[in-house]
Amino acid sequence: MEYNFQFGVLANYLPEFFGGLGLTLFLSFAGIFGGLGLGIACAIISVRGPLFPRAVVRIYVEIMRNTPMLVQIFVIFFGLPSLGVRLSPFTSVLVAIVLNNGGYIAEIVRAGIESIHPSQIEAAESLGLTRGQTMRFVILPPALERVMTPIISQSVLLMLATSLVSAVGVEDLTGVAMIASSETFRTMEIYLVIAVIYICLNFIFRILLNAVGLIVFKRSRQRFLGRV
Amino acid sequence: MREFGNAEVLFIVFALQWTLTLTALAFFGGGIAGIAVALLRISRSRYIRLAVSGYIQVVQGTPLLVLMFLCYYAPSLFGIELNALFAAGIALTLNASAFLGAIWESALRAIPKAQWESAEALALPQSKVLRFVIAPQAVRIALPSTVGYLVQIVKETSLASIIGFVEITRAGQLVSNATFEPMKAYVCVALLYFLICFPLSRFSQWLETRSPGRTKGPSRG
Repeated sequence: MEYNFQFGVLANYLPEFFGGLGLTLFLSFAGIFGGLGLGIACAIISVRGPLFPRAVVRIYVEIMRNTPMLVQIFVIFFGLPSLGVRLSPFTSVLVAIVLNNGGYIAEIVRAGIESIHPSQIEAAESLGLTRGQTMRFVILPPALERVMTPIISQSVLLMLATSLVSAVGVEDLTGVAMIASSETFRTMEIYLVIAVIYICLNFIFRILLNAVGLIVFKRSRQRFLGRV
Repeated sequence: MREFGNAEVLFIVFALQWTLTLTALAFFGGGIAGIAVALLRISRSRYIRLAVSGYIQVVQGTPLLVLMFLCYYAPSLFGIELNALFAAGIALTLNASAFLGAIWESALRAIPKAQWESAEALALPQSKVLRFVIAPQAVRIALPSTVGYLVQIVKETSLASIIGFVEITRAGQLVSNATFEPMKAYVCVALLYFLICFPLSRFSQWLETRSPGRTKGPSRG
């Protein structure tokens, strides 16, 4: 191989890369927590709600899970203006990421809720708890705790998927890399460095989200501390 | 300017063959490499296990889009011009090998140790133990997640559009540029993905309800 790797040119783009990293982190966290909120709401509707909202949620979840996120971004960014809704590239990808993650989380949380034994709900009823209280204090905490691992995996995959926003010109980490590589022609160097950054983010997100899980859920924390 | 009519819809539908070609490439390529990954992950040597686990972490930790750019541009360093189909196929294969490898590794690990030991007690060589005793049971465990991952691959082929390969997403882009009807073009694309992915997802869920892990009855292990 005759190629000389020159990583030096990357230094000129340092501010842009940090900006891109910031945007990737922002989109990831917004997507993870926004999607978590939306997903939990949808999961509750899909096990408890009246028929019509339940059908709407079902359709939403199936569309999100069975079409590529790239196409979802294109529909929202390029398609919606013809219906009179004009969003900036940044807003449209934010909406797409939250909606996409919401669909996946809804399905995960629904499985968690359905895994709670009916006797728990009967016990809550016999204590005179309202339906809302039962959901809030009896069903959701153990349900979410049970599906913590798949939620974390999904969140890390979402973080990696935020790289797709570069397709509509949003300058996240990948977007900045695309610009830098077209200006310097140091394509390999740039994408190798970007790949390493994403791999590091992958580990950081896993550790961080597991820590959040341990802080939120008392029983997981006790089990974890018991092992240490 | 062109109208969005039957010809445009047909153009997108015909591009489906390339989405399916890419899916097949990734699934079979990734499947073969995934078997290797899964087997090496249960190898007796600690170093092999560590090396393969490193491979899984690296591939799973790199966004597919970045992996695709690397596969597209890397061969040109050696003076080889790789077309978009092969670049995308290689990137998807690498990606699928890591995820399928991880799925199948856990299926292999789910087989009770007694199965390995009793097969060995019958003096079966290692390869036959895998082939006749372990694999048939592991396949039943792994099938639902494998079909589920196939849905993932179909959706991931859409990223090939970014390096210029004309599958249905890129076809949708072309139609949208020619007709100025992005909503119709992309909804048409989304609908096609849905028509492929939804039945597969349902099939995967159905397999899961009748997989051995889920049955509440007496265990067959």
